[in-house]
Amino acid sequence: MSSWKKLTQKRLFLPIFSMILVMLINVVYDIACGNMPFNFFVITIRNEVLYGRLIDILNRGSEIAILAIGMTLVVSSSGGTDISVGSVMSLYAGVCCMLLAGFGNANVSEYHTPLLVGIGAGLLVTLVCGLFNGFLVAYMNIQPMVATLILWSAGRAIGLLLCNSQIVYVRVESFQVLGSYVGFMPTPIIVAAVCVAVAALVLRFTALGTYIQSVGINKRASRIAGFNSAKIILLCYAICGLCAGLAGMVATSRIYSADTNNIGLNMELDAILSVALGGNSLGGGRFNLAGSIIGAYTIQAITTTLYSLGVSSAQAPVFKAIVVILIVVIQSEPVKAYFKRRNAKKIAAKGATQA
Amino acid sequence: MEAGVVLQAKGICMTFPGVKALDDVTLTLKKGEIRALMGENGAGKSTLIKCLTGVNKFEAGEIYLEGFDKPIVNRDTMDAQKKGISTVYQEVNLCPNLSVAENLYIGREPLTKLGTINRKEMVRKAAALMKELELDIDVTKNLEDYSLALQQMVAIARAVDMDSKVLILDEPTSSLDDKEVEKLFTMMRNLKAKGVGIIFVTHFLEQVYAVCDGITVLRNGTLVGEYEIEELPRVKLVAAMMGKDFDDLASIKKEGSGDKSKEPLVIEAKGLSHAGTIKPFDLDIHKGEVVGLTGLLGSGRSELARAIYGADRAQTGTLKVKGQEVKIKNPIDAMHLGMGLLPDDRKAEGIIGDLSVRENIILAVQAKMGIMKKLSMAKQCEIADKYIDLLQIKCASRETLIKQLSGGNQQKCILARWLATNPDFLILDEPTRGIDIGTKTEIQKLVVKLADEGKSLIFISSEIEEMLRTCNRMAVLRDGRKVGEIEERDMNQMSVMKAIAGGDKNE
Repeated sequence: MSSWKKLTQKRLFLPIFSMILVMLINVVYDIACGNMPFNFFVITIRNEVLYGRLIDILNRGSEIAILAIGMTLVVSSSGGTDISVGSVMSLYAGVCCMLLAGFGNANVSEYHTPLLVGIGAGLLVTLVCGLFNGFLVAYMNIQPMVATLILWSAGRAIGLLLCNSQIVYVRVESFQVLGSYVGFMPTPIIVAAVCVAVAALVLRFTALGTYIQSVGINKRASRIAGFNSAKIILLCYAICGLCAGLAGMVATSRIYSADTNNIGLNMELDAILSVALGGNSLGGGRFNLAGSIIGAYTIQAITTTLYSLGVSSAQAPVFKAIVVILIVVIQSEPVKAYFKRRNAKKIAAKGATQA
Repeated sequence: MEAGVVLQAKGICMTFPGVKALDDVTLTLKKGEIRALMGENGAGKSTLIKCLTGVNKFEAGEIYLEGFDKPIVNRDTMDAQKKGISTVYQEVNLCPNLSVAENLYIGREPLTKLGTINRKEMVRKAAALMKELELDIDVTKNLEDYSLALQQMVAIARAVDMDSKVLILDEPTSSLDDKEVEKLFTMMRNLKAKGVGIIFVTHFLEQVYAVCDGITVLRNGTLVGEYEIEELPRVKLVAAMMGKDFDDLASIKKEGSGDKSKEPLVIEAKGLSHAGTIKPFDLDIHKGEVVGLTGLLGSGRSELARAIYGADRAQTGTLKVKGQEVKIKNPIDAMHLGMGLLPDDRKAEGIIGDLSVRENIILAVQAKMGIMKKLSMAKQCEIADKYIDLLQIKCASRETLIKQLSGGNQQKCILARWLATNPDFLILDEPTRGIDIGTKTEIQKLVVKLADEGKSLIFISSEIEEMLRTCNRMAVLRDGRKVGEIEERDMNQMSVMKAIAGGDKNE
């Protein structure tokens, strides 16, 4: 009883619980279909690469996970969301592929400029995007949603402009690596893991976390206590922009092309949702990065599960919405309070019978 | 319930994690009575009030209200208000970005026949109410355009207008000046004549004896007693609150330790100003000196200190710290020069509510070290524990969120935050506002002790007595301008009041 109670009070309990819930649906489905009950968890090697639904989720969820890192920091420090990340991903694609293919070319099989220059320039542009958002929010005091709305609409358009409104293909093997496999390991998983690890290490070994939370909870008091609140918010948006660039990098390499119309489309919503699913308040303040990451993979797990259940991609959003509602309601304060009250009653009743 | 009693709480018990906040507390309020609710920080005053108004769910006990046969249960403050219990809290809990009229009628707006809000009617009623209470306020302006004191008056006006049987005032006077307090008292006496029962929480003893009929004293979550005002003279009240005999406040400062003008200068401000808040001023502060800033509310006493610290960046003039000319753009620059500022608005500029006591205490130390150098957890705990122990901060543990602490303990945490940086020059802006006498004495003693250790301080307080007890020198401000200084030998209640009031040709 008491150890169960301790477990339920852990901050990450509900995000993990939600994740397990989604996995259970898979198990039930597999049993119902007469498959092996734990088909979901089976990882094999096919065609010399890792194969399995779990691997698929980790692989496909990489972009959302990377975005979730930046989004968590933005939400915590400014109490707002950066809705431009999806658009910025596609801008990365435009910049990177345009440089690699040469302006005006739509289909190349060799680099026009070195690969690293393309990637570097792309990431630089996304970093500048983040700084631009951050500047508007931190120094111009514009509400985050309005400030990032600018790049939400302009980012993708600039990308399209750079690509002459074409899909630019870069058919070079080394370009595809970031979106395919290193040995038997899907590269996106590695990229996401590195990003998460770097973020975790930075938060562990610098005081960034304290700074961000303090600023997010009370900007004025933080300034009096010696924090440069505006600079911290700017930094968070810059990191978020860079994360969007990294996510764009994975997404672009995956399809070895700059499909600026579709890359990162609606991804900002998934990123925001991961932060919420991770048990973080969208009002800013305290945050838990691990929660957001779990949230990101939960979203991907829902999507993958729905496809494996045979739900068509047109109908999937409906079911996704239902699952998301359930998860969010489970984590909401009134429901938590209800369980707390029920527990208290149980304990009181126990006490009464003993007395 | 006895006749003539409007509110009675019996045997109220309430626990917070790790703390018994209220234990079998009783409170009786008669019709047309003003009852003071007294006690030190953490005695349970605020908790009791929150129980009465439905904010807190108490575990045992009953509340009876006139006009109800059975004990009442308030689901929330709205519910309590409907039943006739209105509350005005210490911190203004209104919406600063709405107009005064909207704030007055929020949640009970006059409606047109179509069911939309009748704004004309709302403004008219609001203006009438303001007139009745003799407040000079344009009700169509945003609340944030007015001073904290006027905002407080609006909050009270809102509560008064709701035809309450019981009005609870939780430290409404801590941000008001004498004239405004008198206005409030007139308001309270009027309501009393109308038969409203008033519970009045305050830390100012004078105010209790000026306006109250009875006193209920709490200590550590238990009831000490319910008294008529005549039964409980000042000294006995203090003894009842503290549970011990009153430490004589007058003897805090050593006689003759006042003259610090031979000590080296720490702060030399020349012509410093900030547009709209403080006109150019000169101020010198020596090592080990406590300089008091006095003046009415809004006279620029906080703003002067903020201009030195860089909380509001000074636009003209020069500042020398320990003989070196410096430019302070942000508070962090001032901190690296050994300064610290405890702001007067604790909620808005002091505490980081959702962080723990530990995190709040180490904040300034961490800021000085910079973002790249993180204080180790062990070091953080060590610092936090040291100051929790030193300042006797009452909290369940160092990981308790600071917003769960009582006002006085929050203030101690902010003090700890600055003491932990070992500053040479500390600005304390109303450090004793809204906290109990015991803690006030502790803070005053601490100020004198810090000065003895060679630290320089600016001490700002609305209570002249408090400044007389601690300061070596006082600077007087009026209407955003520094108008003079008073040396220690000339400092007494009379001279300070005269200087604040001004208008004396011989000055």
